[in-house]
Amino acid sequence: MTAAAMPQGAGLHAGHDDRPWIRRYVFSTDHKTIGIQFLFLSLFFLLAGGLLAMVIRWQLGFPGTPVPGGSILPDAMAPGGVIRPSFYNALVTMHGTFMIFFAVMPLLTGVFANYLIPLKIGAPDMAFPRLNMWSFWLMIPAGTLALAGFFVEGGTAAAGWTAYAPLSNSPLYTGVSAGQVLWCLAIVIFGASSLLGSVNYVTTVINLRAPGMTWMRLPLSVWALFITAILALLAVPILAGAIIMLLFDQVLGTHFYLPTGGGQPLLWQHLFWFFGHPEVYILILPAMGLVSDVIANGSRKPVFGYPTMVAAIGGIAFLGFIVWGHHMFVSGMNPRLGTTFMASTMLIAVPTSIKVFNWLGTMWRGNIHFHVPMLNAIGFLSMFVIGGLSGIFMAATPVDMYIHDSYFIVAHIHYVLFGGSLFAAFAGIYYWFPKMFGRRMDERLGRIHFALTFVFYNLTFFPMHLLGLGGHMRRIYDPTQYPFLAPLQPINRFISVSAFLLLTSQLPFAFNFFRSLFRGERAEINPWRDNSLEWTLPSPPPHGNFAATPTVYRGPYEYSVPGEVEDFLPQDRPARAAAEAH
Amino acid sequence: MAHAAPLSAPRAEQGLGVYTQKLGMWVFLASEVMFFTALIGSYIILRWGSAESWPVPHEILAIPITALNTFILICSSVSMVKAYAAATQDDQKGLRRWLLLTVIGGATFVGVQAFEYHHLISEGLLPSGIREGSALAARLVDTGKVSATAAGLFGSAFFTMTGFHGFHVTCGVICMTFVTIKAFRGGYRGGRYHGIETIGLYWHFVDLVWIILFTIVYLI
Repeated sequence: MTAAAMPQGAGLHAGHDDRPWIRRYVFSTDHKTIGIQFLFLSLFFLLAGGLLAMVIRWQLGFPGTPVPGGSILPDAMAPGGVIRPSFYNALVTMHGTFMIFFAVMPLLTGVFANYLIPLKIGAPDMAFPRLNMWSFWLMIPAGTLALAGFFVEGGTAAAGWTAYAPLSNSPLYTGVSAGQVLWCLAIVIFGASSLLGSVNYVTTVINLRAPGMTWMRLPLSVWALFITAILALLAVPILAGAIIMLLFDQVLGTHFYLPTGGGQPLLWQHLFWFFGHPEVYILILPAMGLVSDVIANGSRKPVFGYPTMVAAIGGIAFLGFIVWGHHMFVSGMNPRLGTTFMASTMLIAVPTSIKVFNWLGTMWRGNIHFHVPMLNAIGFLSMFVIGGLSGIFMAATPVDMYIHDSYFIVAHIHYVLFGGSLFAAFAGIYYWFPKMFGRRMDERLGRIHFALTFVFYNLTFFPMHLLGLGGHMRRIYDPTQYPFLAPLQPINRFISVSAFLLLTSQLPFAFNFFRSLFRGERAEINPWRDNSLEWTLPSPPPHGNFAATPTVYRGPYEYSVPGEVEDFLPQDRPARAAAEAH
Repeated sequence: MAHAAPLSAPRAEQGLGVYTQKLGMWVFLASEVMFFTALIGSYIILRWGSAESWPVPHEILAIPITALNTFILICSSVSMVKAYAAATQDDQKGLRRWLLLTVIGGATFVGVQAFEYHHLISEGLLPSGIREGSALAARLVDTGKVSATAAGLFGSAFFTMTGFHGFHVTCGVICMTFVTIKAFRGGYRGGRYHGIETIGLYWHFVDLVWIILFTIVYLI
C-alpha cells in the first residue's frame, strides 16, 4: 500500500502525532482510542449492573430487611431501605439490560473488535473511522437514557430485559410509563451504535487485510468478531423494529402487541427472540475467539483443527437464527413446531463440542504456561462446558416445560455469560492490557483475582441449579411467601453471601487495573511471545499503526515449530527455514 | 461515508475487489433489509392473524395519488441511474442535471406523502385507529363495513411502515442534496464517481422497499 492510501497521520510514529488533544482522546477516530473508550464505558456498566445484582441478592437472601446503606434510596424505591416489589422488578430489568447491552456486548465487540481487528489484519484503521467514532458516542446518550429511568416519575423499566408485551407496553401492569419509554429509546440508540460498529467490522475484515493475510490465516479472534458482526448486523435491526413498535404502542396508542386492540403479544416474543437468540452468540462467539488465541499462546501449540474452528463459528452463527422458538416452548406453540426447534437447538451442540474438543486438543501435551490470561481462558473453558450442558436441558422440550423461567435458567445464563463471556473478557483484558496501555498488569494480583472469582462465582451460581429444580421462580420478589420454597431459603442466603464475596473479589482486579495504568511495569513489544501482527508494534501502537504495511507469510498459531530457535514464529517473518532450504 | 476517502483505496489482492464505501453500503443495506423485514413481517402476521376482517385498503387510502407518487419515486431511480452513467463518463453537466432531478423526485415523494398523511389524519385515520366521530368512522365503522379493532391495527401498521419508509427517503433526500451541491462544485470530476454509486445503491434500495410496501399495504 502506498502512503497516499493511508489515513491522514498514518505512518507517523507516536510523538509525531499532531492531532489536537480533543481529537486524540475524546472525539478520536483512532480505532485503538475508541476501543479503550468502550473499555471504560463497559467496565462502568459492569460495575453498575453488578451493584444492582447485589441489591437483588440482598432481597432474595434477606427478604424484608433493610438493605445496608439503602436508606439513602427514595421512598418510591425502598422506604427505610426495604426494597419495594416494584423496585425489585426494576432491579432485575436494569441488571439484565446493563449487563447485556451496556457491559458484555460493548466489552466483547466494542473493545476487542475495535482494538484488535485493524491491528491483527495489518490495517491502519477501520474502514470508516468517523462512523466508528459515532458508534462509541451514540453509546453515551443510550447509556444516559438507560440510567435516567431511575430518576423519572414511576421509576425505570420493570418488565424484564426481555420486555414481554403486554407487560411492557402499558403502565397498567407495571406502573411504569416514562421509564419504559426511556428504556426503548436507549435500546434503539444502542442499536444504531451497534449497526455502525458492525458495518465497520465486516467491511474492514473483508477489504483491509494486509497482503498475505488470507481468510485461513486470520486469527480466530478476528474470525469470531467478524461472524459476530454479521450476526449483530442481521439481528439487532429486528430488535430495533420490534422496540419501535413497542414504543409506538406506548406513546402513539398503536396496538401492535395489545390484545385489547387486536394486536398479538406473541408477536413480540417471536421478534424479540429472533433477535435474542443470535444475541446469545453475539455475547459468546467473541469470547470463544479471544480464548482460542490465548489458549494456543498459553499452550505454545497451534490451535487444533483451525479449519473446523472456523466452520464451527459459522455453523453456530447460522443455527443461531433458526432456534429462537426454544425460548417459547411454554407459549403454547404447536408441539410439532416445538420439536423442530428442539432438534435445531440440539444441533448447536455439534459445532460447540467441536470447539470445546479442539481447545482441549490444543492444550493436550502442550507446554502450558499458566499466565493470568491462560488461567481465565481455562476458567472460560470449564465453566462454558457446564453452561453448555445445562443448555441441553433447556433445549429438550419436556424438560424445559418443568424448568422454564425457574432459577435453573438463571444458573444457565450466568454460566455462559459470566463463566463464559466474562472470564474470556478478563482473559482478553489481562492479555491485551500491555498492548493497550504499554504497561503490564500485576501477575500476582491477577492470580488472586482469578482464584477468588472462580471460587465465589461457582458458589454463587451453581446452587441456583438446585433452586430451579426445586421450583424457585426466576423473577420473584420474596421467596419466603411460598411454603414450598421455605426449605430452600438457606440456599438463597448462601448464594447471596457468595455473591457479595464475588463482587468483593473484583477489588483486586479494579486495584490492579487502575494501578497498572500508571505504575505498572513497562511492557515490552511482545510480552506473551505471540505471533499476531499487533505484537510487532510498540506498546501502545502509534496512531496509524504500521509504519509500512506488513506482509503476512503464515497463520497466527505457529508455536513450537520444529527447527526454529524460539517457540513462536510471527506472522510477518519471512520463512527462514524455507529460504535456507533453497 | 465520504469522509473515509483516504482509506478507500482497495487492496485488491485481499478484498472482494469492491471498493470500501460500496461494500460498506451493501453491508448496511443488509441490515436495513432486516429492519424492514421486522416491520413487514409483523404486518403480515397481524393481518393474517386478525380475528376481524381486514379493511379493504382502497376504501381508506387514495390509491391513484399514491400510484402517481410511486411512479415519481421510480422515475427518480431512473434519473439516479442516468446520473451515475453521466458520472462514469465524466459528463459533469449531465450529472448535475440528473442529480437535481433525483432530488426533486425524492422531495416530491416526501411532499406527497406528507399531504397524504395530513389528508388521512383529517379524515380520521390515526396510528391508534379510526377516530370516533370522524368522516372515516361514519363511512366505515358506523356502517359496519370495518371493525374498529382491525382498522386500529391497519392504522398502526400503515403509519409505522410508510412512516419509516418516508424517514428513509427524507434521509436520502438530505444526503442527495449534499451530493448535488458537491457535484455543482465539481467534486466528482475526473472519474471520482464512487460517492454517486454508493448513494445510488441506497436510493434504489429505498425505491425497492417502497414497491413492496405499495403492493402489500395499498394494493393487496
